[in-house]
Amino acid sequence: MAADMRRSVQRGVVYLVLVLAAGFFLLPLVAMVFTSLKTMPEITGGAGFETATILSPPRLWSFEAWGLAWSSACIAVACEGLRGYFWNSILLVVFAVSISVALGAVNGYVLSKWRFRGDSIIFGMLLFGCFIPFQIVLIPMARLLGLLDLAGTLGGLVLVHVCYGIPFTTLFFRNFYVTVPDELIAAGRMDGAGFWQIFTIILVPISWPIFVVAIIWQFTNVWNDFLFGASFAGPDTRPLMVALNNLVNTSTGTKAYNVDMAGAMIAALPTMLVYIVGGRYFLRGLTSGAVKG
Amino acid sequence: MRFFKARLPQLTLLPSLVLVAVSVYGFIALTFVISLTRSRMLPRFDRWEGFDNYARVWSHPRWEVAVENFAIFGLLYIGGTLVIGLGLAILLDQKIRAEGALRTIYLYPMALSFIVTGVAWQWLMSPDLGLQHAFRTWGWESFSFDWITQSEMAIYCVVIAGAWQASGFVMALFLAALRGINTEIISAARMDGASGPAIYWHIIIPALRPAFLTAIVVQGHLSIKSYDLVVALTRGGPGFATELPSTFMYEFTFSRNEMAMGAASAVMMLVLLTVLIVPYLYSELRHGR
Amino acid sequence: MASLSIDRVTKRFGATEVLHEVSIDIEAGDFLVLVGPSGCGKSTLLNMIAGLTELSGGEIRLADRRIDGLEPKARNIAMVFQSYALYPAMTVEKNIAFPLRMAGMDKAAQAAKVAEVAELLQIGHLLKRKPAALSGGQRQRVAMGRALVRDPRLFLFDEPLSNLDAKLRVDMRTEIKRLHQRLGTTIVYVTHDQVEAMTMATKIAVMEGGAVQQFGTPAEIYDRPANRFVATFMGSPAMNLVKGRVRDGAFVAQGAAAAAAGELRLPLPRGTVPLAEGREIELGLRPEWISTEAGPGSVPFAARVELIEPTGPDIYAMLEAAGQSLVARLPARAGLREKTEAALHLDMAQAVVFDPETGASLMAP
Ligand SMILES: Nc1ncnc2c1ncn2[C@@H]1O[C@H](COP(=O)(O)OP(=O)(O)O)[C@@H](O)[C@H]1O
Ligand SMILES: [Mg+2]
Repeated sequence: MAADMRRSVQRGVVYLVLVLAAGFFLLPLVAMVFTSLKTMPEITGGAGFETATILSPPRLWSFEAWGLAWSSACIAVACEGLRGYFWNSILLVVFAVSISVALGAVNGYVLSKWRFRGDSIIFGMLLFGCFIPFQIVLIPMARLLGLLDLAGTLGGLVLVHVCYGIPFTTLFFRNFYVTVPDELIAAGRMDGAGFWQIFTIILVPISWPIFVVAIIWQFTNVWNDFLFGASFAGPDTRPLMVALNNLVNTSTGTKAYNVDMAGAMIAALPTMLVYIVGGRYFLRGLTSGAVKG
Repeated sequence: MRFFKARLPQLTLLPSLVLVAVSVYGFIALTFVISLTRSRMLPRFDRWEGFDNYARVWSHPRWEVAVENFAIFGLLYIGGTLVIGLGLAILLDQKIRAEGALRTIYLYPMALSFIVTGVAWQWLMSPDLGLQHAFRTWGWESFSFDWITQSEMAIYCVVIAGAWQASGFVMALFLAALRGINTEIISAARMDGASGPAIYWHIIIPALRPAFLTAIVVQGHLSIKSYDLVVALTRGGPGFATELPSTFMYEFTFSRNEMAMGAASAVMMLVLLTVLIVPYLYSELRHGR
Repeated sequence: MASLSIDRVTKRFGATEVLHEVSIDIEAGDFLVLVGPSGCGKSTLLNMIAGLTELSGGEIRLADRRIDGLEPKARNIAMVFQSYALYPAMTVEKNIAFPLRMAGMDKAAQAAKVAEVAELLQIGHLLKRKPAALSGGQRQRVAMGRALVRDPRLFLFDEPLSNLDAKLRVDMRTEIKRLHQRLGTTIVYVTHDQVEAMTMATKIAVMEGGAVQQFGTPAEIYDRPANRFVATFMGSPAMNLVKGRVRDGAFVAQGAAAAAAGELRLPLPRGTVPLAEGREIELGLRPEWISTEAGPGSVPFAARVELIEPTGPDIYAMLEAAGQSLVARLPARAGLREKTEAALHLDMAQAVVFDPETGASLMAP
């Protein structure tokens, strides 16, 4: 009996801690969503809203702030909302992700299945690229983009993200392909398949778990990037995160908190969506590679 | 033709190798060279100053603050995410109902950018309308949470927001590792009479060593280069109270036209990181095959 | 079908030489089994025949034409792997057709060949499945189908049965042997299992330490082992080895207990090379040459039965005779009992003698 009591108290404490933690993790999201759906008087505690707080649900539901953030809020000099920047980010992500993932897949294939003298040194050199603080490359990259006439263009930003994405995608694919038996490649060669045929016909169709990991990883990194966007984009090619930061930190006029939060939600939704849809596969793939020791 | 055919695999690596050789190794070398010159707004290679710029950076009061903040932030951020992540992972591993939902809740911050995190927490932490105001409105009149406006406390706000964002990832790492432990070992320990806490202390936590290593390296790496979080949360302020090496570098390079000093600070960030990760890379390469 | 000639083939990985001037010649239609303990270099040799690994020295000829240096696909050799190496994303049908597709054969002809092979291996009902949905034995058949489909000049098998359970292993063994008889193909088959080697091969090469210890027919290998390694590796339970000396033209076993228990004295087998008086030798006695009944030319001896392992039709009896431990393989009906004395007979006609230092056979060739 006493043991049973103790056990259920223990269980209760475990659940309590987990639920409190969940509350902590949800706090900012709740505040963002609620604020984005309120009108300004309700946010600032104007007449009739004296008891409203950052965590109270909106009494007057309003989607106005979302509309403003999307298409007419003022960012720097232009008052056209985040819309244009959103499409910049989409374009950027499509090209940067597809190129870096494709290159990483081929690199991983070569480094695991077509071993040659010095291949592990090359892999080590690529791996190091995952770990550099990007501050170390900002100055020369700015110069190079200028020399290539790519300064301030979307193409230049794609190039930057491809350069610093390759080490990660190569790491993912290489660690995945070392777990694929070498006999599969030997069988392909015996059956008359060449270098590219073995890759595209035999390996790519079984690689979707690692494609999910690499694509989600690159998608979130490129979408969420601020440093490269702030450093290398032009006024018309700014990605969404840079625009969001400008929106929130514009010092002109009164601060429209609801528009800021709606903007933050717009910026957060695509990656959150990707996580909800593919997060399970992403984590499985990522941790199986990362924890193996 | 035969030559190219025989070396097709190596040749396909070439484009990536060139990109990385230039954009990683070439640029590191260039930044180092620039740090030895008198470059201000643009790189110029006509005046060499040796390591003077490093001395200049180290004697700058803002760098002093940046290094101090980095020490606080790095330690608390890494330590905090490890403790929270491991704790949540162990609790979640107790056959919890609704584990899937809880896991998603802990993890979703990982999908967000530091900019969004910064914006959200700046809003929560603002004394006028944020949490402090909420608690006071609910009747706790003396409640006070205005760290973000205080120079000595603002860096802890950065720690809180950072830990909020990254703890879920560490939890996922530990949870995967926990699930990967051979259950027979645990059964054997139980047969040998070990209690629950003893099993965790003597068997399970030691088995999580690789996960610890990975978590420390990944979080350490993020803490050194994190820039966006400070920009969005505090803009480095109040004053320059939340300056970090990364914001120092950006400010001096792009706003103050002290490119050589910016380059010198970037080189020091790289050295710091290299000290952290070279042992890790070494073990990864040795065990990875 | 083609003859295969492996001529002084050497392989080095960096500084370590794992194959030392290996030479083996087989005729068209032979079933060659490379057998030896794990790590002796069997797979390396097979991969060099396949073209997956380059040679460090020597030549390989197929139907009298050099093939080392050719790409795998230019050799027209098929291979069945230990893990089967079926392409996971393709159906059985696509797996089998893959070599034909790579060769550019048209779709209709591919389908006809696949159907023919599926019929031969009785896997017609599996054609639409993916490999993950097959049992081990079925995967094995599909892997063979993929090898058979393009009528290669040579088949290579690398431990194809070692991932199967015992019963299936025996069935597949029979089936591969039957296929060989039916199709008359030349086969090189790698295994570490001496039973597989004995049952399937027309020629066996016993390998150890990167060198061929003996090459010959199964009967030659079993009855006239070239050295102690071959003698003990082939056959189960392993051959008994008894150390002793030549005395008065006979073999006398040595051992501390020998004096007390009475010495074990046996005539030297016929066909032994002339041996000097007093020379140390080692006598090899297969367990099945010990019997409870006297036969022509057999030698009686007394032994104590220490332990009996029944295997069904036979028993393995652990014996103690004049201070020597011996294993005997006897019919179960022989009626031996543990911890009793037994009167036994040893058939010396097939016994072999080895040099205890080098392990080389001391039988006249
Ligand atoms: N790629 C390689 N690099 C270095 N050593 C190898 C390589 N492949 C095989 N070896 C070595 O060569 C020897 C023979 O290996 P293998 O042919 O696979 O043996 P078997 O198939 O008989 O078990 C082993 O000692 C093995 O360690
Ligand atoms: Mg082998």
